[in-house]
Amino acid sequence: MSVGASAQAAPAGWAGPAPAMAVDHVTKEFGGLVAVDDVSLRVPSRAIVSLIGPNGAGKTTLFNMLTGLYKPTAGRILLGERDISRARPDRITGMGVARTFQNIRLFGAMTALENVLIGRHARMRAGLFGSIFRPPWIAREERDARERARELLTYVGLAPGAVDQLSTQLSYGDQRRVEIARALASDPTMLLLDEPTAGMNPQESAQLTAFMRKLRDDLGLTILLIEHDMRVVMGVSEHVWVLDHGEKIAEGSAAAVRENPRVIEAYLGKQD
Amino acid sequence: MSELAAQLREWREAIGARLPPWWSRGLAATAIFIGIVLPFFFSQNSGFMNATIIAVAFAVMSLGLNVVVGFAGLLDLGYVAFYALGAYALGWFGSSFFFQAHVHVGVSGVAATEIGVHLNFVLILIAAAAICAIAGMLIGLPTLRLRGDYIAIVTLAFGEIIDRVAVNGQSVHVGGGMTLTAGNLGISAVDSPSFPGIGQFNLLDLRPWYWLILAILFVVLFVNLRLRDSRLGRAWVALREDEVAAVSMGIPSVRTKLSAYAIGAMFGGMSGAFLGTYYTEVNAGQFQFGFSIFILAMVIIGGLGSIWGAVVGGLLLGYINNYLIPDVLNDLPSKLGLNFSTTTIEYGIFGFLLVLVMVLRPQGLIPERRRRMEMTAEIAAEDAQLVESTVP
Repeated sequence: MSVGASAQAAPAGWAGPAPAMAVDHVTKEFGGLVAVDDVSLRVPSRAIVSLIGPNGAGKTTLFNMLTGLYKPTAGRILLGERDISRARPDRITGMGVARTFQNIRLFGAMTALENVLIGRHARMRAGLFGSIFRPPWIAREERDARERARELLTYVGLAPGAVDQLSTQLSYGDQRRVEIARALASDPTMLLLDEPTAGMNPQESAQLTAFMRKLRDDLGLTILLIEHDMRVVMGVSEHVWVLDHGEKIAEGSAAAVRENPRVIEAYLGKQD
Repeated sequence: MSELAAQLREWREAIGARLPPWWSRGLAATAIFIGIVLPFFFSQNSGFMNATIIAVAFAVMSLGLNVVVGFAGLLDLGYVAFYALGAYALGWFGSSFFFQAHVHVGVSGVAATEIGVHLNFVLILIAAAAICAIAGMLIGLPTLRLRGDYIAIVTLAFGEIIDRVAVNGQSVHVGGGMTLTAGNLGISAVDSPSFPGIGQFNLLDLRPWYWLILAILFVVLFVNLRLRDSRLGRAWVALREDEVAAVSMGIPSVRTKLSAYAIGAMFGGMSGAFLGTYYTEVNAGQFQFGFSIFILAMVIIGGLGSIWGAVVGGLLLGYINNYLIPDVLNDLPSKLGLNFSTTTIEYGIFGFLLVLVMVLRPQGLIPERRRRMEMTAEIAAEDAQLVESTVP
């Protein structure tokens, strides 16, 4: 099974030369339940792509495989040239894949700043002895990390007064911002956003959409998002995949996917 | 009630605003100074000095368990195992117990001429720390895939295993007629520490013992404070808060958890080695399950995850256990015409204290900064309203 084989199914012009990430015939079974069934995707570098589908379609399961939380039952996941299908989640983060969660998962007992410092973990070196004896280079590393965390929090638009507040005390929108800053702190090349606009009003969604483009243009990120808000999907994504019952049922440009009868059927049910 | 609480908070904030920014450092420096000069105010072998030495040793253990339970959130109910291993390290490497051996390193006086293994106390301390760090990781391994209650069960079993091995070790032959432990007979006549310039420690003058355990406390305290505000300390808290999010942010779960187990166990072992030599005996009867709970109570009463809380909790329960109950209150019931002594109900007293703290101050005596923020801000704002709305 080569990556090329999966690319054949893609429309002409989409099989770009260097995918940032390639999912190659990946299947995930839980007991008898097939959550993701033989799905292949290619995520081009510096693209913004969306994964949509009805509830229970296997989108988050796929995300969890891409970030190493689940291991695929079959198939491979390639990051650049590297096979990461069996890699540990913390290693995958170290290789430059960062994510956010559908239900925001900030560390409640930590401040916004400390949450972002956790995101920086993979890029810091202080070990046990370094932490205890704190030689000058460790002290500098810590100082730089704090500075960078503050910069990131400003970048995502958190008010300076909120930086040292506990994450649980922040507003919902600010929590989303901190979560993105925390993901960015690991200097990723690829950002996976799981329903980033859930619970946001149309204005906030539009802001976030603009912010995603800014992220891609400023930082050269590849962004893969799971999204339910069609306005966001249509507005931001260059390519859309549709999953239903664990299978990929359609892909293409946002406009093409919207017209696809199988997609309409999956979302709205079959017309008699 | 809530008005009173609000008033108190207001006063506390007003006081806090007026104190100079260095006041907490000043407070710590004063505490350290008082700690160092304390023995000059008591006679060389008073009961109070004895209780203080044991209380400080308990505080060291409390700090160790706080790393595992408080920072990393791994509920360890078998912590007594590290007390046992530390004490046995002292018994093995600082007595004539292994009578076929003739090893003497850095010791003088009687210890230098006796049979057996006799290492300098500093070396024994290092050995105890190393043995416990390894044992801590070994017990950590099977718990890595477990959460919460299940970790508690496995660690509890580990504590019991070490206890049984200690009791039955007198039947385990390690060659040359020597056994692994002396069981309930105890390894007695262990070496007392001896340092150049200070000489051999003896129980007629408790001051050197006190300064020794105080020095150990300071080292452990320093390591704790440094770790708390470091990459590793943050990683522990992150794993405690949300393991899935933590590993997704690049924290290696196995290595980070094992380091918490190892560090926590090391401190328990150091304290155990000290208590071994201070009690002049390593007896298998000392390492029972109740002691694990006793140390856990110190951590919880002090404030889970709080370094200064662990110290205060350890000292408090240490004093109550070794001074207040046996020396001060012991004959109180008989004075009241009751036919029992206070020591017989000491577990009842500890249980009562634990309940008292949980009801009046669930966050502990000196709550962790983060937990304090949570408690004051969140509960004050949201839960108080909820509570009030449910009360007619």
